Amino acid sequence: MLPTLFGKSADPAPTQQKSGLFERMKQAVTRTRDGLQERMEDLLARTRPVDAAALETLEATLIASDLGVHTAAEIIGHLRAQAERQQIRDGAELKALLKVELQQILDAVQTPPPAVTTKPEVVFMVGVNGTGKTTTTGKLAAYFREQNQSVLLCAADTFRAAAIEQLGIWSQRAGVEMIQTRPGGDPSAALYDTLHAARARSIDVVLVDTAGRLHTKNNLMAELEKMRRTAQRFAPDAPHQTLLVMDATTGQNGLQQARLFLESSAVTGIVLTKLDGTAKGGIVIAIAKELRLPVRFVGIGEQMADLIPFDASAFVDSLLDR
Amino acid sequence: MFENLSEKLQRAFKNLRGQGILTEDNIGEALQEIRVALLEADVNLDVVQSLIEHIREKAIGHEVLTALSPTEQVIQIVRDELIAMLGKDTARFKFASKPPTVILMAGLQGSGKTTTSGKLAAWLKKGGHRPLLVSVDVYRPAAREQLKVVAQSVGVNLYEGDLKGEAAGASLVERLAKEARREAIMSACDVVIVDTAGRLHLDAELMAEMQRLKSLLNPQEILFVADAMTGQDAVRSAREFHDKLALTGVVLTKMDGDARGGAALSIRQVTGQPIKFLGTGEKPDAFEAFHPDRIVSRILGMGDMLTLIENVEEKLDRKKSEEFAKKALAGDGFTLEDFRDQLRQIKKLGSIQSIMKMLPSVGPFQGLQQAAENVDEGQFTRVEAIINSMTQQERMHHEIISGSRRKRIARGSGTSVQEINQLLRQYVQMKKMFKSMGKGGGMQRRLMGSLTNMRGMGR
Repeated sequence: MLPTLFGKSADPAPTQQKSGLFERMKQAVTRTRDGLQERMEDLLARTRPVDAAALETLEATLIASDLGVHTAAEIIGHLRAQAERQQIRDGAELKALLKVELQQILDAVQTPPPAVTTKPEVVFMVGVNGTGKTTTTGKLAAYFREQNQSVLLCAADTFRAAAIEQLGIWSQRAGVEMIQTRPGGDPSAALYDTLHAARARSIDVVLVDTAGRLHTKNNLMAELEKMRRTAQRFAPDAPHQTLLVMDATTGQNGLQQARLFLESSAVTGIVLTKLDGTAKGGIVIAIAKELRLPVRFVGIGEQMADLIPFDASAFVDSLLDR
Repeated sequence: MFENLSEKLQRAFKNLRGQGILTEDNIGEALQEIRVALLEADVNLDVVQSLIEHIREKAIGHEVLTALSPTEQVIQIVRDELIAMLGKDTARFKFASKPPTVILMAGLQGSGKTTTSGKLAAWLKKGGHRPLLVSVDVYRPAAREQLKVVAQSVGVNLYEGDLKGEAAGASLVERLAKEARREAIMSACDVVIVDTAGRLHLDAELMAEMQRLKSLLNPQEILFVADAMTGQDAVRSAREFHDKLALTGVVLTKMDGDARGGAALSIRQVTGQPIKFLGTGEKPDAFEAFHPDRIVSRILGMGDMLTLIENVEEKLDRKKSEEFAKKALAGDGFTLEDFRDQLRQIKKLGSIQSIMKMLPSVGPFQGLQQAAENVDEGQFTRVEAIINSMTQQERMHHEIISGSRRKRIARGSGTSVQEINQLLRQYVQMKKMFKSMGKGGGMQRRLMGSLTNMRGMGR
């Protein structure tokens, strides 16, 4: 079931839909890429031999997209070696080569999520404060409903003021039910109730909206571990997915976020939100390279349908193409 | 863990010894290290470029003083440059000559506007003002509900308003804002804090709404709320907001994480407006005035001693600490009761990691941060539980804790006899340590030793 939902290899949708998604993704990141585009054009319009200055400009471009100094240097180093080996002198070819390089990094980690043997599939939504976990959970519920999956929401953010109400509104919009506890209550208790309700109602997917927490707060990270144990007692392979919701404006701290959430809550993928702004979200390339975490979805607006599956080639194309 | 700038510079300068003056040639590698450090801290690329040029100009021709190492000199130059850029003193707040003062909160989605509005209200209340909160975020689900809960928790007035079934949009936003100001005058509130919807700087419609709010309310302060974790894009969003609204200040949120906060430099550079406050946690009082020198240390990865000292002074009971020191250093005075007191005091300061992060990672504190990474915080709670399960007699005289008492304590605290043995062994060691410390010397090595032990104590 899962590969059909997340992987593009087994996508049951006709090609028409795929290109639709591709186009939407492109649209979404058109604004994103403008800055990058200008610099690229500036660099590439004039055909000239690959020189140190050209590569340096490319490197600066990658840094400006939040890939980080080290990742950018590595990618450019690799690009330089390849360009020399293939005797590339032309700017357009250099750009094509960079595109391939970036896409390979993303593709290498785009493995389908593990198959779910017993229903429901349990998906944890985690992340630091303000990245859009609740909004993404609501949109994801609508996404699964579109796929004819039954969905149950778990309002496990019992900490932030009005988080439960916020998810409640999303549950109405998406036409799915939500299980909650009182504000300040134990999120694991809400999870326990949700999982048992889901089993009783033969629900396909349980989406768990957790409270935002900075990855440096040990006690809050431990609370997530407790929730994992609760899920594991329910089904040994749960949670099947743990999605780290990350804001595209995040800078180099994103790598540290991903590292610590991976350590304590075994993150399986990333949802990159707010990609409709000018931020480029390049940190996901550093994350893919270093932590081998794939991006599963991207958020491109405030409407319910503004969450689409990630497509590495579209991401890179949109970043570098006209 | 990032290598800290001064360590990198030390490497870059290792060949510089014996040369009398900093030149274009010998400073190149150091400037490269500074560039990388600033970029790792998320300072915007263009800002970094211009900073590096300034630093180069200042540094070249600088005599290599004998008293300071070249590393120290260059760091001094970098620090001065960054601090100058951030503005020397913490900015003040503007109040209207005729109340109410209006503060407009602006920013991207998820930057922390609502939480910050509540903190700002609490801060103003503490300063003797009567703030009134109002949310004009009619778009995000439950946003207005969120501010209501926040207002209750900090105990300040809220203008809730009646939507009267009106559709979300500019006219509703403006009506709520106008009503809130009227309400402030009626209820003798001298400050109105207007929490707005998060918006993208690209969103022409919502930015126009913000401009209308501005001309309607004529606010004394328009604060841009920005996430400390923001990367290179900080420049763009801040510039757009500033161009459209003429910001008067910045609040940098989520500073309690481990982001270096280089966005502060970027935002300051493009807006020219001071950073006024920092959000440092989820509690209403986790809100601090901004100090340029401290964030510069943080951006450069050089610790934040001042904040640590302030924290210690604010949260620790000085009298108790002095009593303890006197007692412990005298030798036999250190009981398990004192041990528990100390644990409780340390817990008040926050996590060990966060404390250690404020220390510079070079010099006498070298290695402490790595050691702290391995400390199991849960251990503190378990140790406290163990001591809680002891009788008064046992706490004062650990020698009497026999095998059967250990079993009872283990049952009472939900731990094991092994853990109790371990704790007692450690306690005896500490007691000895304090005794010899009383005789002077070697404080740091011992402190490190005890941290290492703490790690060994894990289950």
